[in-house]
Amino acid sequence: MELPNSYRTGPDERGHFGIFGGRYVAETLMPLILAVEKAYTAARQDPSFQADFDYYAKHYVGRPSPLYFAERLSDELGGGPGRGAKIYFKRDELNHTGSHKANNVLGQILLARRMGKTRIIAETGAGQHGVAPATFCALFTLPCTIYMGQTDIERQAPNVFRMKLLGAEVHSVTSGTGTLKDAMNDALRDWVANVENTFYIIGTVAGPHPYPAMVRDFQSIIGKEVREQMQEAEGRLPDSLVACIGGGSNAMGLFHPFLDDTEVKIYGVEAAGLGVNTGEHAASLTGGQPGVLHGNRTYLLQNDDGQIKDAFSISAGLDYPGIGPEHSWLHETGRVNYVSATDEEALDAFQLCSRIEGIIPALEPAHALAYVRKMAPDLNRDHIIVMNLCGRGDKDVFTVADALGVEL
Amino acid sequence: MSEIDPKNDRLNRRFAALKAEGRGGLVAFVTAGDPNPEASARIVKGLPAAGADIIELGMPFSDPMADGPSIQASSLRALNAGMTLRKTIELVRDFRRDDPDTPIILMGYYNPIYRYGVDAFLADAVEAGVDGLIIVDLPPEEDDELCLPARAAGLHWIRLATPTSDAERLEKVLTNTSGFVYYVSVMGITGTKSAARDSIAAAVSRIKARSDLPVAVGFGIRRPEQAQEVVSVADAAVVGSALVDTVKAGLDEAGQPQDDVAAAVHALVRDLATGVRSGQTE
Repeated sequence: MELPNSYRTGPDERGHFGIFGGRYVAETLMPLILAVEKAYTAARQDPSFQADFDYYAKHYVGRPSPLYFAERLSDELGGGPGRGAKIYFKRDELNHTGSHKANNVLGQILLARRMGKTRIIAETGAGQHGVAPATFCALFTLPCTIYMGQTDIERQAPNVFRMKLLGAEVHSVTSGTGTLKDAMNDALRDWVANVENTFYIIGTVAGPHPYPAMVRDFQSIIGKEVREQMQEAEGRLPDSLVACIGGGSNAMGLFHPFLDDTEVKIYGVEAAGLGVNTGEHAASLTGGQPGVLHGNRTYLLQNDDGQIKDAFSISAGLDYPGIGPEHSWLHETGRVNYVSATDEEALDAFQLCSRIEGIIPALEPAHALAYVRKMAPDLNRDHIIVMNLCGRGDKDVFTVADALGVEL
Repeated sequence: MSEIDPKNDRLNRRFAALKAEGRGGLVAFVTAGDPNPEASARIVKGLPAAGADIIELGMPFSDPMADGPSIQASSLRALNAGMTLRKTIELVRDFRRDDPDTPIILMGYYNPIYRYGVDAFLADAVEAGVDGLIIVDLPPEEDDELCLPARAAGLHWIRLATPTSDAERLEKVLTNTSGFVYYVSVMGITGTKSAARDSIAAAVSRIKARSDLPVAVGFGIRRPEQAQEVVSVADAAVVGSALVDTVKAGLDEAGQPQDDVAAAVHALVRDLATGVRSGQTE
């Protein structure tokens, strides 16, 4: 494959990143997709849209989030004071609503208001992307319906209750296997049936164009802040970036501003579930093949007949059989290294971070931390790693207790 | 650009024959492999005799985003019974041995075809006797993927037009469309609501003003009198969810098909065909 001069110019006007991306949707959805694209293109060029985004990002979401030197963890992994890589956490778990999801939802809800839409729908796996739209809908007085798989509703009860407190309707999805992909199917069905008034807030860098690019743009605030904060803290760029990947929005938000700094190594960590070789995992790049689902061409977990397989991960937020198309492209160009961490490794990292740093991470970034844990010991203190701590773990305490055999 | 020889074009021949008879057509949709491959073969084989003018055969997919609960469930039944795209093509080949005339359109989603390989799929589909394709998640924006290769291979490419297709969009939808235009009469997913006759009539005229192709109308047609009403303003009525629901009703508690499941589907097709034949085209 011919490598591009820049990794940051995509997608092309048809929404393609190399062969990935695109607009593979039913004709009933096309007018909606085109309307969102047109509105977003106009909004991007409107300083008042950016000003609104900046205002709420600062005063309501709480940005910029800190870039924190996790010294205790660095020493612990290095095997002694001053040894091992220097690990920074980008503290997006401190955002209002508890994860990076707020960045994207803020952007999309401002766009929905701009388009005169009066009803919001969204899909969620872990519930973080349910809580964020529910929150902003409360703030802006918009009715909100969240599609969530029955399986996920059971394992993410605290987030379900949060959404209800915020006034959202949580629609239980029983079709398929009752997880994130089925929730997305049902949200798309809702959208085609309610085209006039409804805006669909997709929670990750997937779906038909312009969603992958739009969500990336809103999430890129993470990487932009890291560049500035790292300049202030260390006077240079980091050496490595690490983030977990389900659909891949927190990762893309961190990675994208650094893609053309080829001296910065980038690692995306997929969920290996019980192990990639067991078949029970959510690692689309490591264990999948290119295919077309939910409006884009990307790597998918599928069988030989092209039927989509269920993903498996202890983390509901990573439990998706696809991945954002730009990640597929970055995988094929080799710019980003995609690796994986198992349930067990993530659980260990979850506990380590809680104990050593006093930060209970979500199970999603615990996968990123599991990989940091593998790479840090062999590096020196002059190697700077930035890991996106994209969500907090309050929502996961029941799941973790259960996995550890603790009865609450 | 069509590569199809008009003399061998089952779909055009069928619409021409319907026109000569002065009636609208009945397009019967069933999912290939539902409720299992054997029963499905019996169902499909009996459709022409029951009065279906065109067969639309669903290619089962695990994530049929544009379909409602009925067709989604039928897809899952078929997949659980071991149906694959390869077997769907075999089903057509088998049907074609006894029936050289009834057009068969395959309808479905792109991923199984992409996985099969576009060139291999087109070669196998043409060889088996498929006449056209409706691929729900391939809009005109992605015509290079399958639409243009399919047309070049001699297959019709049938597209959906919707109530939200404005003049500009309709132009785009009609480009590279062949065989017929499938008008989706209500917004939303298959099998849930039905549209008023007047709004259908207006939409059909809008399409006819821009295209010489026949127009079939679907989504929400369940009863003979609805089919009759639709063909009074369009060239054909598409019935899907009602037939698929009949398959479901013909399953026992364990989900196994009862002996008369094919007969029940054919009975409903016969009623619908009677409705279509009693309608007058304007």
